[in-house]
Amino acid sequence: MLFQPINRNYHDFTIVRDKDLCINCKVCVRQCSYEAHYWDETRQKVMADNAKCVGCHRCEALCPTSAILIQKKHSDFKDNALWRPEFIKYIYKQADTGGVLLTGMGSPVNIPIYWDKLLLDASQVTNPSIDPLREPMELKTFLGCKPDKLEFSKTKDGSPKLKTKLAPQIELNYPIMFSAMSFGSINFNLHIAMARAATELGICYNTGEGGLHKSLYKYGKNTIVQVASGRFGVHRDFLNAGVGIEIKVGQGAKPGIGGHLPGVKINEMVSQTRMIPLGSDAISPAPHHDIYSIEDLHQLIFALKEASEYRVPVSVKIAAVHNVAAIASGIVRAGADIVAIDGIRGGTGAAPGMIRDNVGIPIELALASVDQRLRDEGIRNRASIVAAGGTRCSADVVKAIALGADACYIATSALIAVGCTLCAKCYTGKCPWGIATNDARLAKRQNPEVAAQKMVNLVRAWGHEIEEMLGGMGLNSIESLRGNRDKLRAVGMTDTEMDILGVKHAGR
Amino acid sequence: MKRVYPNKDVCIGCHICELACITAHSQSKDLILAYTVERGQNGVSSCKHVYENGPTCVALSCRHCDEPACVAACISGALQKDPETGRTVYNREKCVGCWSCLMACPYGAIARHPLEQKIVKCDLCFDRPGGPACVAACPNKALKQEER
Repeated sequence: MLFQPINRNYHDFTIVRDKDLCINCKVCVRQCSYEAHYWDETRQKVMADNAKCVGCHRCEALCPTSAILIQKKHSDFKDNALWRPEFIKYIYKQADTGGVLLTGMGSPVNIPIYWDKLLLDASQVTNPSIDPLREPMELKTFLGCKPDKLEFSKTKDGSPKLKTKLAPQIELNYPIMFSAMSFGSINFNLHIAMARAATELGICYNTGEGGLHKSLYKYGKNTIVQVASGRFGVHRDFLNAGVGIEIKVGQGAKPGIGGHLPGVKINEMVSQTRMIPLGSDAISPAPHHDIYSIEDLHQLIFALKEASEYRVPVSVKIAAVHNVAAIASGIVRAGADIVAIDGIRGGTGAAPGMIRDNVGIPIELALASVDQRLRDEGIRNRASIVAAGGTRCSADVVKAIALGADACYIATSALIAVGCTLCAKCYTGKCPWGIATNDARLAKRQNPEVAAQKMVNLVRAWGHEIEEMLGGMGLNSIESLRGNRDKLRAVGMTDTEMDILGVKHAGR
Repeated sequence: MKRVYPNKDVCIGCHICELACITAHSQSKDLILAYTVERGQNGVSSCKHVYENGPTCVALSCRHCDEPACVAACISGALQKDPETGRTVYNREKCVGCWSCLMACPYGAIARHPLEQKIVKCDLCFDRPGGPACVAACPNKALKQEER
């Protein structure tokens, strides 16, 4: 095209329009927030600018005659194992802008996915499998510090009474929670949807670091409130609004840096909830400036416990990094009731691509090493472990629990349930699916009623599948699977990988 | 009676309800033919129109009022209130195209037929098995047919 940088035509997608099917009804024009489709007044027909297409498939999904096909652009650079097209395009882009490459969603790069190399067991002959449709199956999960031992006293009539004082617990009907997605990064419609879905399911959703809108306090029984380094929207009422408090130290998609919410996403409601000026960028500091050691973390954990009168468990969320096991041990010793670990494939609304794709370690390895370390140190009961980052299906949940997780956080899956196609352009604030946007015109595309139902359906479906898999293994309670690595076998892993995961190779 | 209610909070302004309406009222019942051929040939058009004001959109059509101003205004008896179903029924044969109803309707829900001296008005897809086409087609459940 004229008057454009020459590399503009190295775009990723091509919009193919079937001439026999297209009726020029302009539905695609109205749906595309990137203006890739447009009405050409001179030609009197709908045209497309392929360079603007982000591959979100919104037009394809809504085209009433199925006339649109979004394809990868079939234009290849000369084959080069080192200089793959994405690196060439990165350089062109940065040579034009001089800026950091921003991106959204979890990392798409080919980091080994250990879920795919782990296989589950099932009962045959010597131990009976259980049919969850005919027999009771327990998925109920309690998150929080469990006592070292239980002590009982006798009442006057001789019956036993629990003497041990139990720490506060979060009760979940499924070992699944909706992970932290702040109000601002996703819009209010989805926050209501998550809150309603969590309430209906009897699980929890996490507010993320953007505070909690007043109108959502009523869903408090199913809410975990998050305190991050920016302290957005944190005040006494907020800390007491939910059934758990989470200190966010790190995020799997961007370990070592804080949250980024561009000013365009800060509308009136977000500004009020976050307690920051309208339109100002919300950039969380990389560290918590009051946490420079485990002792500092201990102070913050107990400051939050004091503020909430020891009614709720405190979670500490960290990104999975090299020394994650030692860090987790410190966190538990600092008094955390829950350790949430977010792996390298965890999602984000905005992160520098280099960090998302290169910093951190896979959740499977982090989870197994943390669980093992806490067991070795005899403190595993003192905290629950929540695994986050790239849980794609119920089998991933089952494998995570067998590796030692108490529950899984899901976020990307929940967004896919409401339409997300992982185009990874969340940071633009123009999400055509109405998810990662606060533009009133776009946010409406998420009908809270529909979105809540889809999230409920997803978790219910996973629940059924988890029950089936448990039953197959001859277990009737999710508790029997926790850290039960004997139910896992590896395929195609090295000895080191199997050693870290604590699993045998298939056939052994 | 069950009416079609729009919800402006979640209407996304895609105009797919209009396409569904045209298709449901066409002879071919085929969107492509209805929109590209029949629209020009026999003037099939949507009884429903999406109005936009800033980010707010809403799809409006005949509300089948309890006391319809259009029926009172109709000089030829083409518009009648059906006492059984509650629908405001339009008899095309009787219509003389005087546009009295257009002026009387407080919601602007009646339109002129593009080619003939007739009107276009929602009939709630009374003969369509799945109920109103617009409700079935709305991708965001912004249109609901219900008793209120």
